[in-house]
Amino acid sequence: MTDHTLVATGLSAGYDGKTILHGLDLAIPTGRITIIVGANACGKSTFLRTLSRLLVPTKGHVLLDGASIHRTPARQLARTLGLLPQAPIAPEGITVADLVSRGRHPHKSLFSRWTRKDDEAIDSALAATKTFDLAERPVDELSGGQRQRVWIAMALAQETDILLLDEPTTFLDIHHQIEVLDLLTDLNRARGTTIVMVLHDLNLAARYADVLVAMTGGQIHAFGPPGEVLTEDMVRTVFGLESRVIADPLSHCPMMLPIGRHRMAGHEAA
Amino acid sequence: MTADSLQATAKVAGRAVSSARSRGLWLALLAAALAVLAVLSVTTGTRAVAWADIAAALGGAQETIGQSAVALRLPRTGLALLAGAALSLAGAIMQGVTRNPLADPGILGVNMGASLAVVIGVAWFGMASAQATIWTAITGAAGAALFVYTIGSLGRGGATPLKLALAGAATSVAFSSLVIAVVLPRGDIAGGIQAWQIGGVGGATGDRVLPVLPFLVIGFAISLLSARKLNSLALGDDVAAGLGEHVAAARAVAAFGAILLCGATTAVCGPIGFVGLMVPHLCRLLIGVDHRWLLPFSALGGACLLLAADILGRIIARPGEIDVGIITALVGAPFFIWIVRRQRVRDL
Repeated sequence: MTDHTLVATGLSAGYDGKTILHGLDLAIPTGRITIIVGANACGKSTFLRTLSRLLVPTKGHVLLDGASIHRTPARQLARTLGLLPQAPIAPEGITVADLVSRGRHPHKSLFSRWTRKDDEAIDSALAATKTFDLAERPVDELSGGQRQRVWIAMALAQETDILLLDEPTTFLDIHHQIEVLDLLTDLNRARGTTIVMVLHDLNLAARYADVLVAMTGGQIHAFGPPGEVLTEDMVRTVFGLESRVIADPLSHCPMMLPIGRHRMAGHEAA
Repeated sequence: MTADSLQATAKVAGRAVSSARSRGLWLALLAAALAVLAVLSVTTGTRAVAWADIAAALGGAQETIGQSAVALRLPRTGLALLAGAALSLAGAIMQGVTRNPLADPGILGVNMGASLAVVIGVAWFGMASAQATIWTAITGAAGAALFVYTIGSLGRGGATPLKLALAGAATSVAFSSLVIAVVLPRGDIAGGIQAWQIGGVGGATGDRVLPVLPFLVIGFAISLLSARKLNSLALGDDVAAGLGEHVAAARAVAAFGAILLCGATTAVCGPIGFVGLMVPHLCRLLIGVDHRWLLPFSALGGACLLLAADILGRIIARPGEIDVGIITALVGAPFFIWIVRRQRVRDL
């Protein structure tokens, strides 16, 4: 189990002088799955990039165990805080085993040798993601779902207690989306890894999140268990959409049904 | 651990051993080829020399014409070997740093930058010492690299492979025209510069080769130690940063190593193209994309290629010689087209 804390305080950040995050405060719940949702351009990816050190905040801090991550040595940070960006690209011809083994990078110094521990970390990452049988295959020959599992394996080989993922299910069909989200949940339950991810699909987010974060206009609109956060009011404010929220009959999590202008079968259209 | 995953572990371990074995085998083959080529380079030439003379010349004797010829071939062999290794390693680094399959010290204009700087130094400042030439060449190489990378990064999408290659090619052409413009009014130095400008190892003497050795040694060390950095850069800047790499610093350090290698090599040999393009690609086909293997393999392969090109140049034009720069261009140009036309040209 992990006891690291990741906290954003008064965080402002943006690109090219344009501010996207406006003084955002959030304490990431340790050992839980936190899922960030919001409309396009609400700043959710920017928030994740700032949390993961890819973007330097213009104001405020990201604190890992109380220390600013932008002042922590990069390699040391990368042993605690892992990151999987959206749609990463593997070099042509790289094998799965080679790609996954590169997750060990922060554990190696210039002259340190490959150890038994490195092999074990890779074996366990391949086993957890069920990619053992793919180990010697080139990554470009794999299907989208397999490829995403391999990238997650690389992040697992890094053996970080906190893992940030930017839309890990993009470009995957629904079957593989569920597979990836189940895998991340396994990881959280088995290793106690703190997981923070951005997701597009509100219903999947509500089902898989321990804590749901709804963002709008570069600020946090709501934060808490999905049952409290995913409401018709929230969907209206954050997405500008009328909806009906019901209980998902399978998971009893909230489930959002959008109200459009057509095909409302006698219900009141938007 | 279940029986299944234990079995799988054994399988993965077994495969890792077999791929390490095949790399070891290739390494041995390449080393053997290098040894054979080095022997050939000392024994073949415009003049046929008896084995007894060769042996005597290796011992330092220079009494017969044959022995003197061999004594000339020794530094030449050493230079071809070093220059080939340096250029090829520099190519592998540049491909890694820019994630660009078309990167090469020649194509990116780096060698031509070194060359222009040297020509200006000689023509306008009467530069003659080996040390000054090397420093000037390295400065020129660095300037050209910065210039091309800046130009290639302009506009949408940053430094894409094609934009970078175009910027490099255009810069190369511009620089070589400038070289001609600088040299043209100077009949006194034109002959020497023209011969150097083609790119060759023919005129090598111990006095000319020794001063570049420290630069090459540092360049080799920095380059080979960049392998892990290049391995993480290969996964994209975001992933590399997530793995704890300082992306910009890693690029700068590796590029510095490559520039040292290119500048020092160009100072002695003149601009030799395509070695750094061909060899790393062939090595990738043999042993994969792990830079910890790719970099030393590229260095060995480059040494082999340049030695072979130099020997070939001495054989096919007897009693004259063809410079290696011409041979590598003849082989390399079709190779360049092959890489561009390959179906899956994309960012490395």
